[in-house]
Amino acid sequence: MIWTNLKRITKSGFVNFWRNGYVSFASIVVMVVTLFVISSIIFAGSMLTSVLDTLRDKVDVNIYFLNEATEDDVMVVKKHLEALPEVAMTEYISREDALANFELKHQNDEIIMQTLDELGENPLGAVLTVKAKETSQYESIAAYLKSETDSRGNEYNIEKVTYYQNKDAIDALTKIIEASRKLGSIVTIIFVLLSIVITFNTIRLAIYVSREEISVMKLVGASFMYIRGPFVVGGIMSGALSAVITLIVLYPITYWMGPSTERLFAGINIFEYYISNFPQIFIIILASGVGIGAVSSYLAVRKYLAN
Amino acid sequence: MIYFDNVSKIYNDKSVGLDGVTFKIAPSEFVSVVGHSGAGKTTLLKMILAEDKPSTGKVFFESTNVHRLNPKGVVHYRRKIGTVFQDFRLLPNKTVYENIAFAMEAAGRSDEEIEADVPHVLELVDLKHKMWSFPRQLSGGEKQRVAIARAIVNQPDIIIADEPTGNLDPVNTYDIVQILKKVNDLGTTVILTTHNKGVIDSLERRVITMDKGRIVRDDTEGRYVL
Repeated sequence: MIWTNLKRITKSGFVNFWRNGYVSFASIVVMVVTLFVISSIIFAGSMLTSVLDTLRDKVDVNIYFLNEATEDDVMVVKKHLEALPEVAMTEYISREDALANFELKHQNDEIIMQTLDELGENPLGAVLTVKAKETSQYESIAAYLKSETDSRGNEYNIEKVTYYQNKDAIDALTKIIEASRKLGSIVTIIFVLLSIVITFNTIRLAIYVSREEISVMKLVGASFMYIRGPFVVGGIMSGALSAVITLIVLYPITYWMGPSTERLFAGINIFEYYISNFPQIFIIILASGVGIGAVSSYLAVRKYLAN
Repeated sequence: MIYFDNVSKIYNDKSVGLDGVTFKIAPSEFVSVVGHSGAGKTTLLKMILAEDKPSTGKVFFESTNVHRLNPKGVVHYRRKIGTVFQDFRLLPNKTVYENIAFAMEAAGRSDEEIEADVPHVLELVDLKHKMWSFPRQLSGGEKQRVAIARAIVNQPDIIIADEPTGNLDPVNTYDIVQILKKVNDLGTTVILTTHNKGVIDSLERRVITMDKGRIVRDDTEGRYVL
């Protein structure tokens, strides 16, 4: 009997969806807009993350060692730092590499090159570049280095840590990144909620049109599941169709916007992002459409069943 | 079969729907309920259908207090009642066949039973040729005959007909009354509300006359006060 009921409910849902053409069409249009907002939020989120990651990658802290520091000194510091949970990576630049980099950078500056020749020795110390997992963690890394240096009487021959020179810039960047993330989350929640509310009201309106029908169904002794089922099936169909339409419409739009986003948002091409993440986007959009359609229909019918 | 025990209904705006109504309806009876608009006829039917609850008093179907039923119980109880309304209340997006089949599906009948019974019941109301029409394609009389077919298809214990001839011309009114009489002759209890004196006179059955929520006359020989 359950199988028979399920078959009848599904069939009835399909038939009603088709016969209520205008109402179904209106629901689909509103739901496409909702799903479009959700996809835009996915794209905006990925671009924001990419921009913030690029900004974060530009920040690092350099530890300059005195000329008399040995490679062992640098390696001890490197080992200590890598043991810290805040540290994402470290890079050792030897005195020789530092000099080669310096010469490469200033190869067209005759005065600097001449001065280097006159010195006759390498004036540069080794450098350890440290990248934290989050920009907000540089302060604790710098504090750790300072306490280590102070307690050991500069045993490792550290000359300076650039964090203190760049502190203001790093702090400002940290605040921008945190504020952007918070704002992004708030905007996402507001837009998703707004879209869901609008869709819910559209479906509620569509079911309001059928309120007399629901009362007749109640009077002939139809169970709540039997009354509600076809509306939920209709909601699922609206959601699924809207998802397919949204995914199709996104293809030319992202294709057209791809080059612009690549220029503006840290090299992210929205079309390439769409194509390479299509399975995930497909699942999110389809699940959102079907979920919103089913839940909205379920809740909207409940009101008339209770009366 | 149906027993109203001192039933009153007072609405929130203090208007009186029913005022101390007590009566019994026996199985296989044909009872007409008459009265002016606002006399309480529809409220009385809503009480039987468990669509509305009394402010005081009890309504029994057989030995069951219908307003004590849980939602699932109400669903099963309503399957024992066939309803016919003045405004037909057909499902507009379903064909004639589907409207009747829906009532059978709701009662848990099998596909085979539906395929056999729906054409048969449509033949009884002389609408087999309109089986695949939608309600918008039917006349008022045809719509009402579909509503009656839907009401009787599950062989209910009672048929409740609320002003079924209110929107019909005399010829269709006569047809509908004849169908209801035939249904009653086959053993189904029929409760009919109407304004139509001609209908009541032609029936010559029990008539309950209502006024301002009260029963002012209950006559087994078809006499009434209007």
